[in-house]
Amino acid sequence: MSELFPLTVQGAKVQRRGKVLLGPVDLTLEGQGVTVVIGPNGAGKTSLLKMLHGIVRLSAGKVTWACGQTEAQRRQGFVFQAPVMLRRTVLENLTYPLQLANMAKPEAMARAKDWTQRIGLGDAQTRQATVLSGGERQKLALARALIRDPDVLFLDEPCASLDGRAMREIEEILQAAAKSGTRIIMSTHDMGQARRLATEVIFILRGKVHEFAQAGAFFNSAQTVQAREFLNGDIVE
Amino acid sequence: MSELWEGLTQAFWLVVTLDADLVGITLRSLRVTLTALILASAIALPLAAFLAVRRFRMRRLTIAVLNALMGLPPVVVGLIVYVFLSRAGPLGVLGLLFTPTAMVIAQVIIIVPLIASVAHQSLRELWAEYHDLLISMNTTQTQRIATLLWDGRRALLTAALAGFGRGIGEVGAIMIVGGNIDQVTRVLTTAIALETGKGNFALALGLGFVLIALAVAVNLAIHWLSRTETEGRW
Ligand SMILES: Nc1ncnc2c1ncn2[C@@H]1O[C@H](COP(=O)(O)OP(=O)(O)O)[C@@H](O)[C@H]1O
Ligand SMILES: [Mg+2]
Repeated sequence: MSELFPLTVQGAKVQRRGKVLLGPVDLTLEGQGVTVVIGPNGAGKTSLLKMLHGIVRLSAGKVTWACGQTEAQRRQGFVFQAPVMLRRTVLENLTYPLQLANMAKPEAMARAKDWTQRIGLGDAQTRQATVLSGGERQKLALARALIRDPDVLFLDEPCASLDGRAMREIEEILQAAAKSGTRIIMSTHDMGQARRLATEVIFILRGKVHEFAQAGAFFNSAQTVQAREFLNGDIVE
Repeated sequence: MSELWEGLTQAFWLVVTLDADLVGITLRSLRVTLTALILASAIALPLAAFLAVRRFRMRRLTIAVLNALMGLPPVVVGLIVYVFLSRAGPLGVLGLLFTPTAMVIAQVIIIVPLIASVAHQSLRELWAEYHDLLISMNTTQTQRIATLLWDGRRALLTAALAGFGRGIGEVGAIMIVGGNIDQVTRVLTTAIALETGKGNFALALGLGFVLIALAVAVNLAIHWLSRTETEGRW
């Protein structure tokens, strides 16, 4: 298996109906750690993640994985801000990505059951995913993304509108995944979460990467005025 | 008035004693329409899913054509199928005119647009819900279609039932291409038309009861399905 990283973004731009939503972005991400994308609402966090994941069309520039796009795509997972629940049971939601990869049914089942335990849904295996609570959905979406052992996991505000307990459970799963070598690239609007998880930070403002730094350096002494204001909780536009 | 009453009681007895004619006609009706339904579903459901997941240039036009075909008068479909199957027609050599096969062909043409159109409505909604996830999971076109068909199966069953209702109650087209031949192509609707014309109200009403019962059963099933659909259980 060849190396996925570095991920290089050159002059990449996302447009909708003539309006530039994001970019031009120039960025190089290396193969370790947890990258946290922060910034005000509408700054372009979601657009950036989707662009890196390769599910929005670029109007200019390019996003290049070291191993090539086709292989990179297979090795990524994405958890959307509003998790998409397949209209199936919890267990079937988890076996779905494994079936796509043609894994034998017994093995897929065993893995799925194991994951329901890890996310605390062991008693809900046969429940319809569509009736789960917000926190349960988010955990299920996370498990469904991790079950194929992706090398890169994208998460878009995984804890928006979740209570403290669900947030802690999700962060534990993320930290375990990071420790076992999964590269995590996520957005959040929760600065506490950013401080707990980040090894590097992308601060994004009005569709541009405003600051990109190691987490420690960023939180202690952000270089730009806007980033410092944002960390202070001031309104940044 | 008393004649009608007499007809009603006789019809009732025909039904409860399982009169041979009545049972034969009912079974033939079911056989023709169920065959047509299976063939039509095999065409219409994948087509509906394909139209939902695939953006192509003629997509809007295809959907518009399907919707227009839904309003096609069955009699005209019957006429066209007749022309094709008649001895002088392009498919005349097959000798299919006035056979159950001809009736199946006509019914397939009538219910494919209906099933495809109703199925497409709900699969489009499902696709909007699943779109981001399935794109992100790097699924193939075939996997997307299979996922929509499987997860949308309740709505698809509803679409199929609507097709069944349309097929079983249809009279114009199958009268023309089937010819209403006793023991061969006579089905519920054409038999009712014939027996009513002959003044044989008892049998006509008995057949009518069966037809109504089938229609009511189908609609109850649709109602039940759409209720479980909204409640999200199966
Ligand atoms: N599909 C879309 N069509 C038009 N504008 C969009 C669309 N999606 C997002 N936007 C706009 O793009 C900008 C960036 O959005 P987004 O990436 O979702 O920001 P964030 O995730 O940081 O809140 C916002 O101004 C938003 O209104
Ligand atoms: Mg967002």
